[in-house]
Amino acid sequence: MLMLEKRPQPSRAFAYLTPLLAVLATMIAGGLMFAALGKDPIEAIRTIFWDPLFGEFSFYYRPQLLVKGAPLVLIAIGLSLGFKAGIWNIGAEGQYIVGAICGAGTGLAFYPMESWIIFPLMILAGAIGGMLWAMIPAILKVKFGTNEILVSLMLVYVAEQLLASMSLGLLKNPEGFGFPGSRNLQQYASAHNADIIEGSGMHWGVAFAFIAVIFAYILLNRHMLGYAIRLTGEAPRAARFAGINPARLILFCLGASGALAGLAGLFEVSGPAGQISIDFNTGYGFTAIIVAFLGRLHPVGILLAGLLMALTYIGGEIAQGSLGLPGAAIQMFQGMLLFFLLAVDVLTNYRLRFSQKGAA
Amino acid sequence: MDLSAINPALLLASLMVAATPILLAAIGELVTEKSGVLNLGVEGMMITGAICGFAATIETGSPAIGFVAAAVGGALLSLLFAFLTQFALANQVASGLALTLFGLGLSSLLGQDYVGLKPPSTPQLDIPILSDLPVLGQILFRHDMMVYFALALVAAVWAALKFTRVGLILRAVGESHDAAHALGYKVVRIRVLAIMFGGACAGLGGAYISLIRVPQWTEGMTAGAGWIALALVVFASWKPWRVLLGAYLFGGVTVLQLNLQAAGLAIPVEYLSMSPYLITILVLVIMSSDRSKAPASLGRIFHASQ
Amino acid sequence: MTEVLLSIDGLTKAYPGVVANDDVSFDIKRGEVHALLGENGAGKSTLVKMIYGLVKPDKGTMALNGARYAPAEPRAARATGVAMVFQHFSLFDALNVAENIALGMENPPSPRDLAPRIREVSEAYGLPLDPFRTVGDLSAGERQRVEIIRCLLQDPKLLIMDEPTSVLTPQEVEILFQTLRKLSAEGTAILYISHKLEEIRTLCDEATILRLGKKVGECVPREVSAAQMAEMMVGSALKPPKRREGDAGVVALEIENLSLASPSEFGTALKDVSLTVRRGEVLGIGGVAGNGQDELLGALSGELKSAAGAVTFGGAEIGNMGPKMRRKIGLLTAPEERLGHAAAPDMSLTENALLTGAEREGLTARGFLKWGTTKDFAERIIAAFDVRTPSAGTAARALSGGNLQKFVIGREVLQRPEVLVVNQPTWGVDASAAAAIRQALLDLAAGGAAIIVISQDLDELMEISDTFAALNEGRLTPVRPAAGLTIEEIGLMMGGASDMEVAHVDA
Repeated sequence: MLMLEKRPQPSRAFAYLTPLLAVLATMIAGGLMFAALGKDPIEAIRTIFWDPLFGEFSFYYRPQLLVKGAPLVLIAIGLSLGFKAGIWNIGAEGQYIVGAICGAGTGLAFYPMESWIIFPLMILAGAIGGMLWAMIPAILKVKFGTNEILVSLMLVYVAEQLLASMSLGLLKNPEGFGFPGSRNLQQYASAHNADIIEGSGMHWGVAFAFIAVIFAYILLNRHMLGYAIRLTGEAPRAARFAGINPARLILFCLGASGALAGLAGLFEVSGPAGQISIDFNTGYGFTAIIVAFLGRLHPVGILLAGLLMALTYIGGEIAQGSLGLPGAAIQMFQGMLLFFLLAVDVLTNYRLRFSQKGAA
Repeated sequence: MDLSAINPALLLASLMVAATPILLAAIGELVTEKSGVLNLGVEGMMITGAICGFAATIETGSPAIGFVAAAVGGALLSLLFAFLTQFALANQVASGLALTLFGLGLSSLLGQDYVGLKPPSTPQLDIPILSDLPVLGQILFRHDMMVYFALALVAAVWAALKFTRVGLILRAVGESHDAAHALGYKVVRIRVLAIMFGGACAGLGGAYISLIRVPQWTEGMTAGAGWIALALVVFASWKPWRVLLGAYLFGGVTVLQLNLQAAGLAIPVEYLSMSPYLITILVLVIMSSDRSKAPASLGRIFHASQ
Repeated sequence: MTEVLLSIDGLTKAYPGVVANDDVSFDIKRGEVHALLGENGAGKSTLVKMIYGLVKPDKGTMALNGARYAPAEPRAARATGVAMVFQHFSLFDALNVAENIALGMENPPSPRDLAPRIREVSEAYGLPLDPFRTVGDLSAGERQRVEIIRCLLQDPKLLIMDEPTSVLTPQEVEILFQTLRKLSAEGTAILYISHKLEEIRTLCDEATILRLGKKVGECVPREVSAAQMAEMMVGSALKPPKRREGDAGVVALEIENLSLASPSEFGTALKDVSLTVRRGEVLGIGGVAGNGQDELLGALSGELKSAAGAVTFGGAEIGNMGPKMRRKIGLLTAPEERLGHAAAPDMSLTENALLTGAEREGLTARGFLKWGTTKDFAERIIAAFDVRTPSAGTAARALSGGNLQKFVIGREVLQRPEVLVVNQPTWGVDASAAAAIRQALLDLAAGGAAIIVISQDLDELMEISDTFAALNEGRLTPVRPAAGLTIEEIGLMMGGASDMEVAHVDA
């Protein structure tokens, strides 16, 4: 019989190995799924993982990698801080929406004035909007002990309704012939989150994502606050004994992750998406949860995981077009990745052994 | 606006219908949580149940078979969660989220060919004599089978937890898995069964949405019902009858806001649609001071160390 | 009366890196009280877990009444008449007494019949219990009764008791012994696990001694001295700690009329606690587990805040200060639970050194961590307290209990506290490590620090304390000089006898 035996201490080798194992297992299981759907599995895997990077049209897809990866990394970095401390913000999707609404709203308030100050103000508004939205579960948790998982999630649905109301009402383009949705910020120079280097995909959100990775790395490894986060996650009682104030930590973790999700929303609405519309949000806030875990809650890991996940998005779209692979299959593929990761992660802390059952 | 268009008897009757999906899912989750396992994958299991039930009903023409398929589908999906948390000892919060994300993907994949179809209707189970009672008959006794089944299930779970040895063991495992293990109870086996029960119930709840309440298949159609069911268990302080009360309360809010939308209240539709979620938050805030009834081992990982 | 009930032959059980039991053989006779004696880590627990069916031996056999006995699970053991009273972990706080008892029985009678049976049996053995009380609200002694009654209701042939007296007052111990003698007279064999030698000499007919997993001897406890048994158990003679001479100095810490609710549901609130401890003094605080020890430590560490004036440190009011501030001024603490409270299990020793050392050892600069200095600090602790570990980078949970305890105590001692409060400093620690820890505490006091030792080990308290007080249901008795206290007086103090007010000695 197979038995688990706790390792005296976590295995470093497996900490690095498990994400790779999970990706490999997902490719195999995903391949089987694609085969079951009647597609050539090798072809499908190649289309998803190879073509965007090295295929014929890779010059077009490679920048897309940054465009899709940036919001995932930004959000996941924020989430990872909380997840490390056992604070579960799973409403990043809502904070992303509210950040976009606040940021876009700020920009549109200045329309049609042109000024360099508008975009920085939008960034600020996006971050503050996301942060305030995340502060709702944070404050409720601190004040009343309310479960932050459920509250942050409920607020996603509220934010979606808010988004609908905004694109039909307050932010609706007055020159939009009655169609829902705001003015297109891509056509408003002061508010447009354009590529920093033309055609590179490198917009301000990408820059912020890299900064967030570096910032989080320093915070977690070199700063007392990062130590407090890790200690609270691993041993909450020891953290209180050390003198860490749990309420302050909750406010910080949720606030920071909300601000980063808000930023991601702002950069998306002012750049790739261009406008506030009913279907503006595409689930980055949820996929970022997968990214955070796949990156093992480590900043550099998250960066790599975000790019990988972006690859599956882009590759998935190509496969949809060229192979007729259903979009849902890609979604399932991503879900599978998280599953396999959680399953093989046990090897970091435990080793497998065969027990001699007959000995008794 | 025209409030007189709202018929109170019909409102109450449809309240029972609106409450049934979350009632089923919540009572299942209650049993899972009583065993000490927090499964946040209710939404994923519900939506999987919704499509399994819907597909089986379309293929066989029988809603009864559909509901069975939904229960089986939900339970099978929950086995993934059981594997992760009970054998691979993964974090329950993360595993539950994974289950939801996976379930949403799986259901839309399975449901591709079923979009826009209409399922055969589920027969009403008019209870003789009682259904002819004025007003009360319409409210209480002219429903489909599943409405009564959900009620019976609440009663059965209540009785099992309170009076039977199985219930006692379940509570004991949720209270302290170490103590239960020391006494020789199979903690993992009991928890896997509880997780599967929760999955089956969530599946039934999902199928109720796709087969009766809506009835059709659209992607993501559970729209947070699974999360509301989770909130309901907290609201109910892990007590079956309070789950019933809570479910009817939420059913009432949902139906009322729909009726108000239809009656053309001067509030934009979006704000009315927010109301069930906002009320859920409000209720969570009110109830969160009373965490004391939570099973003491809830969410903790069990690994027999010998 | 002399026939063999359970015969154990060559039991061996190995875990990775450690042989918990190595070829252990002995017999238990019908109606005999048989002691299983050994230090922490000697393999007593593993052995009884094999007898109770929780663990399967790698090698060796057992025979019960001459028939082969190999229980696959505790249920099978119970069915053949083997019952066990656990030291920890076998009661359900939120369930009532009757439910707890039903869970431990194979074929429990209906709840309606069970309650009167519980009353009847508990009265018969002098251990009264109310079947409908919630177990979480019971005292440690009462909780143990629940376990004993649960076993007795099944008419066991062999009753295993794992360190039963560690949670009892001396008076309660006497009651328990009467119960056990009655049972033994009725023909029930008792396997009594302990490391307390005097108890074994009082109670047991036969003793088997384990050391490092091996059986190292057997004896009739009444016929040998405690010192002889101790030597068999430890393998060498131990020297008692050296006491320094000198008078107590000025008041270092004072608690005045402190009342505090417990943060946990089944915890004990502190009620009107007052104490004073002076520089150079060791104050021992005894009491049965669960009478407010954790709460008292929390109130001193700063995890639980109180009114500012309730706790004063060198004259300054600190009741509302958090843990960091208290450390900064020199009030250090070490809680009972090593893993998860005093140390984070998955973090390295270096990271754990930072846990309480940040303020006094200057391990941070404007919020940024100085890992080099922190590692040096961890290595100083490891060297000074002989902590056996591959390196400072090893995870705390990889250390044995004794080594981690030395690290946790050492971490506070090396920070030169003015007042040090420790809870159960030597719980689950082998004898030589325990001696080292006690010596370190005494040396610290000799250097002028005030020490508060909260412990359930009365021998330990009597060995190192200058003054003594006891906790009972969250109340603290007045502090009395430790010298000259008799075991009866201590028992009365632990039992919360009110006539102690008369004997009040102002420290």
